[in-house]
Amino acid sequence: MKITDDSPPVLTALDRPNSYIGRSVPRPNLQRLTQGRGQYISDVTLPRMGHVAFVRSPHPHARIVKISADAAKKAPGVIAVVTGPELAKVMTPWVGVLTHLKGLKSAPQSPIAVERACWQGEAVCAVVARTRAEAEDACELVEVRYEPLPAVTDPEVALDAKTPVIHASLGDNLCFERKLDVGAVDKAFAEADAVVETTFRFGRHTGVTNEPRAVVADWNEGEQRMTVYHGTQAPHMMQNLFAKHLAIAEHQVRVLTKDVGGSFGIKVHTYADEMATVALSKLLKRPVKFVADRIESFVTDIHARDHRIKAKIGVSKDGTITAFEIDDLTGIGPYSVYPRTSGIEANQVVNLTGGPYKCPNYRAQARVVFQNKNVMCQYRAVGHPIAVAVTEGLVELAAAKIGMDPLELRRRNLFPDDAYPTQSASGLKFELLSHHEALAHLDSMMNYAGLRAEQKKLREKGIYRGIGFASFIEVTNPSAAFYGVGGARITSMDGATVKLDAQGAIIVHTGVTEQGQGAEAVVAQCVASSFGVPIEKVRVITGDTDNTPYGGGTWASRAAGIGGEAAWQAGKALRANVLAVAASILQAKPDELDIRNGLVVNKDTGTERLPLDELARVAYFRPDTLPPGFQAELMATRHYVPRAWPFAFTNGIQGSYLEVDTDTGFVKLLKHWCVEDCGTIINPQLVDEQIRGGVVQGIGAALFEHCLYDERGQLLNGNMADYLVPMAMEMPDIECGHVVSPTADSELGAKGAGEAGTAGAPASVMNAINDALRPLGAKPLTDMPFTPDKILGALGKV
Amino acid sequence: MNDRTLEISLTVNGARVQERVEARKTLVDFLREDLALTGSHVGCEHGVCGACTVRVNGEIVRGCLMLAVQCDGATVDTIECLSDSGEVSDLQTAFEQRNALQCGYCTPGMITAAQDLLKRSKRVPSREEIREHLSGNYCRCTGYHAIVDAVEAVAQARAGARK
Repeated sequence: MKITDDSPPVLTALDRPNSYIGRSVPRPNLQRLTQGRGQYISDVTLPRMGHVAFVRSPHPHARIVKISADAAKKAPGVIAVVTGPELAKVMTPWVGVLTHLKGLKSAPQSPIAVERACWQGEAVCAVVARTRAEAEDACELVEVRYEPLPAVTDPEVALDAKTPVIHASLGDNLCFERKLDVGAVDKAFAEADAVVETTFRFGRHTGVTNEPRAVVADWNEGEQRMTVYHGTQAPHMMQNLFAKHLAIAEHQVRVLTKDVGGSFGIKVHTYADEMATVALSKLLKRPVKFVADRIESFVTDIHARDHRIKAKIGVSKDGTITAFEIDDLTGIGPYSVYPRTSGIEANQVVNLTGGPYKCPNYRAQARVVFQNKNVMCQYRAVGHPIAVAVTEGLVELAAAKIGMDPLELRRRNLFPDDAYPTQSASGLKFELLSHHEALAHLDSMMNYAGLRAEQKKLREKGIYRGIGFASFIEVTNPSAAFYGVGGARITSMDGATVKLDAQGAIIVHTGVTEQGQGAEAVVAQCVASSFGVPIEKVRVITGDTDNTPYGGGTWASRAAGIGGEAAWQAGKALRANVLAVAASILQAKPDELDIRNGLVVNKDTGTERLPLDELARVAYFRPDTLPPGFQAELMATRHYVPRAWPFAFTNGIQGSYLEVDTDTGFVKLLKHWCVEDCGTIINPQLVDEQIRGGVVQGIGAALFEHCLYDERGQLLNGNMADYLVPMAMEMPDIECGHVVSPTADSELGAKGAGEAGTAGAPASVMNAINDALRPLGAKPLTDMPFTPDKILGALGKV
Repeated sequence: MNDRTLEISLTVNGARVQERVEARKTLVDFLREDLALTGSHVGCEHGVCGACTVRVNGEIVRGCLMLAVQCDGATVDTIECLSDSGEVSDLQTAFEQRNALQCGYCTPGMITAAQDLLKRSKRVPSREEIREHLSGNYCRCTGYHAIVDAVEAVAQARAGARK
């Protein structure tokens, strides 16, 4: 292991001549985006295309008594008005369960509500018209008679006997439950010198992708094929789902993604309105487009978090953590989201809590309940921000209680850097982590001692600054253990096909997708390095199920670690093929040759032997000059799937420095630091920007973002003026540092980096606020987001 | 529908445009749907996110808060024009080099807003001032740090070139 800031790591296996591994190469696809020449799905138009708008339930729970569509059907521009029962003839319903989450249950969900609407915003009728405006006009003319039903909104009472059951067929409102009891928890608490017990609350929030969800579906009756232009993270997963629920074969469905205006886990799920759009195209035999508007995004994009966790930590005088205990309750809306389910976040909270620490005593309970609010599912860093905030919140409260420095308490409990391989109390397997080295790096990067001195001095002047930390682990590079074993057709594998074109350039097709994180750049870097061409000679093609190798796409921080390794291996395979051609042309031995900087050279001396364009000319146009029986193979495909470990865990630590205005309750973020270890760093700049973007998403959760519902189940702030997101003015500069512990499961050694920022930022901000307010005797704040009124409440001022 | 439409003539990206538009149509929908200028994006549709930022008569405006009919007689510049004229080429290069964009959806609006700041500033704006000026442009991907870096670098380079 070694610490790197900007200098690329030296890695022998990857240290090929002209290697791009570890270099901050600009992404190849940026110019079209800076020029406004990207093509997002919301830009796509097709001949004969209709636009769909949905009539959505204003009730959180209601029986649909009657839909009168006569006036809407006669409105200008209207092509069709379609209800749930009519669309059910084209598309079958789905149920979001996974068999490895034992006991998880859900009810069938339809593209358009049939008989009952179960949350405010669920589509109950579709109007397709020539323009979106005409479709919306006609929606106003659709008369829906509802019989309101009692709405279940508060998770705390969802399981009470007198609470109505949302889906009678399920028997109760419990979606999923998990219990874990490891070590001797009661004994450990009894023997602890101090026990801290508190309740953490996490507000519902959502992804607010800048480009809303968008889909254009085009059923070609003549070809019997469905082409779906879809802003998705997982095209092959969607291909399977569209085919399955239209009852056609997968090869009859093509999914194309193009540019995607932000995803963060929002665009990796099955949305009823998108499924309806696809079904409408089949029904109407013409292209249909749906782009969610902002209110539709707020009431139908998956929400996340919304957990209430009662939590407890035991600690001895010397700072040893003796036990953790949590009780998690989360409400996930009326359906478990298909196909990844809505049980994963709570399951992750159980898995991850206490994860950085060697404490062997751990008890957890998680209950996931149905309610009549919008659905919840996996959003960036799934479960991590919750587990990290609970763990790190408890750690700092315990440190304060026994009067120990919070970094010192961590030093005494984090898994030692030489402990690996090892596993957590919950059973997570760690190949190689670097908690202590990361902590030491952060300590020096932020000049911790200096900040403490400054904090002390300013307190004397009535200025309250706080320093907070969060050590964390992060799930990356998931194997089939995540979804495949539970029966979902979501592949954990990814592939790359690499070909030499007739001018000596390299074309790569990859199964991972570009959501802006830089997957195309990383894939290009891997292929350019392992094959041996300048990166300008590599073109990467993503997001097309007709043309790319079958792959999982982009989620769970997998694109670089899994897609990158497949690309690396494919480049190597093509190099071997091309060297065979070169050897036959040059009458040399392949192992005496190499490809460097786009030229075939002598391996020992580096002397140029043959440019690739000349090799391609011979191989493609004068194969008659090659020896009899020799066939040039100028295309190679390789796949990769992690096998040795269920997940490639990463680790890191974040620090937050902020100032609380004790008169107004406003928090000013002064600086944020993150040291993380994602193994081999393929592109340092892209890793840092993933961290920074993730940190700010986590800060949003800590300070601003909250989907506010009233007790009847009505969303109160479904617009960007009332739902606050982080803007440039309130955000701090963010400094990043790295430790490098490669995974030995792949040659590349890269782990994921996409979610670390979001995982740790809320906890570190929370701890910094509590650190700032501690001398004032404020009750610790544990209810996110920490809005000014809550801060003033903790200070006893309101 | 005729009573709900109006004829407008305006200059868009240097070209004369004469169109009949619905009175209720926003400027950004007019640009995207009628003129196929898809570089301006629609994010929030009520003036918060800034993805639809364009220039009207030299001032940056929200394309979702202005109606197309209000632009009768106006001069409208979008990212396509700012880009092709070379006016923001240094900002574009800086954004690309600094990876100051990820999904790129906010970028045309962000660059248009940044150019507005740099055109107005007589000196190199501070990071705080850059953050303030861009605080009406929502970026979910970058966390803003890289954007501030890129704009700051261009401001310094332009100031250097003026000396």
